[in-house]
Amino acid sequence: MRDGDKMARKVYVEVILKTDREGKNRPLSILWEDGTRYEVDRLLDVRRAASLKVGGGGMRYVIMIRGQQCRLFEEDGRWFVEADGPEDGERGES
Amino acid sequence: MCDLAEYLPEQLPERSILHSDMNSFYASVEAMLDPKLRGKAVAVCGSQETRHGIVLAKSQKAKKAGVKTGMAVWEARQCCPDLIVVPPQYDAYIKYSKLAHEIYLRYTDQMEPFGMDECWLDLTGTGRDPVQTADEIRETVKSELGLTVSIGVSFNKIFAKLGSDMKKPDAVTVITRQNFRSLVWPLAASEILYCGRATTRRLARYGVLTIGDIAATPPELLQDWLGINGLALWRYAAGLDCSRVMTDGWEAPVKSIGHGVTCVSDLLNDGEVWHVMLELAQEVGHRLRSQDFLAGGVQLTLRDNGLLFTQYQAKREAATRSAMEIAQDCFRLFRENYRWETPVRAICVRAVRLVSSREPQQLGIFDDAARREKQDRLEAAIDDIRRRYGKRAVYNACLMGDIKVHEIGASEVTMPGMMYV
Repeated sequence: MRDGDKMARKVYVEVILKTDREGKNRPLSILWEDGTRYEVDRLLDVRRAASLKVGGGGMRYVIMIRGQQCRLFEEDGRWFVEADGPEDGERGES
Repeated sequence: MCDLAEYLPEQLPERSILHSDMNSFYASVEAMLDPKLRGKAVAVCGSQETRHGIVLAKSQKAKKAGVKTGMAVWEARQCCPDLIVVPPQYDAYIKYSKLAHEIYLRYTDQMEPFGMDECWLDLTGTGRDPVQTADEIRETVKSELGLTVSIGVSFNKIFAKLGSDMKKPDAVTVITRQNFRSLVWPLAASEILYCGRATTRRLARYGVLTIGDIAATPPELLQDWLGINGLALWRYAAGLDCSRVMTDGWEAPVKSIGHGVTCVSDLLNDGEVWHVMLELAQEVGHRLRSQDFLAGGVQLTLRDNGLLFTQYQAKREAATRSAMEIAQDCFRLFRENYRWETPVRAICVRAVRLVSSREPQQLGIFDDAARREKQDRLEAAIDDIRRRYGKRAVYNACLMGDIKVHEIGASEVTMPGMMYV
């Protein structure tokens, strides 16, 4: 990793989506692992991309949540975000 | 010396061919999926427990430490003590290979895959600048898939492929009509496509050591030494290859259909060998049926536990796609030839002399065509049940239990076939 002490981890999340008539998805909110639901304020960019921070990739949605930019990926039907935090440590259910 | 090679490439119509090669493909996919592996010496290896323990692919760092594809895992660890060994994830490799193809198809529909990780693209007539496009593809693959490619840009498929091998990883090499003599000709003869070990050895006997040497040898002489392949090799070396890049969806013509396995433990008697052959023949029969072929012969390849290869082949009276008949033919070959001096380690059953199942077949006077047709209908029904309910929905009772075969899931992986010429 580039930042020795700041390891990122892959956090799978529940997402509420709106799919339009063309089949385009727009994430409306995400459910974080601690049970908090975050509304998506803005969608800034959508494209296929690899996640260099946590590995894997897919369709990448760059979104704004409470003034912070967040990268949300759809990978084989599952959704994950790149989260800063301890590596492996308590990766299980909390 | 042959002066044809001096001026002919310039006379051929201008073409823009790209060859894209995904660098250390399996190992790169692993490192992309798990960032902890990045920049480390990584080798993708088959399972040691099921005796597939050889290096299938290695990262750049492992390569620098001397790890080679095909090495046993213990050997690789000797070369590189901090080697990280990971098992293959074929599903992921197939997925990323397809995603790369999708990127290529944005630029041209003339895309000819060569195995899972290589592809030729023809940009002729698209109005795109080939070098700029190559750079764009390289960047797109990196940002969208997190993988790197090396791309060769040239005026024919052979030099484009050669170019993709010249600078690695993540690079573009351009071989033009003007610079190919200085760039390509000094390279060893073995660098050119289809100049394998045996051909290289033969050429070396005549003092032909470089690609330039091949181009400078009269083609008639090469034909004398190597047959029709000698002529092709001369054309390739002289920059005169004009083979087409096939459109997406084209598949190399099938010459044989085989299925092989390295057994979990050595096979010690005829009974065990029969079970493995029958199991392998199921897949061969299924693929013959799904691709509308009949086998006019069978080929059996064996490897004993001293790793010695032996191969036997037999022609059939009547062409077949019956798994049972293919297995029986192979077993007959085995019984007639194998002396059991050592146990058997690996078996490959192969259907050869393929003919289309739609072609009329000559009936034999001693062959019971009605019985054969009945057997074919039975096997078609079994095939249909397996298609609907899974491979293990119905199978021979004798194949129940441990038959020393372990499925490795590699059968979906596309190996490089023949280039379209």
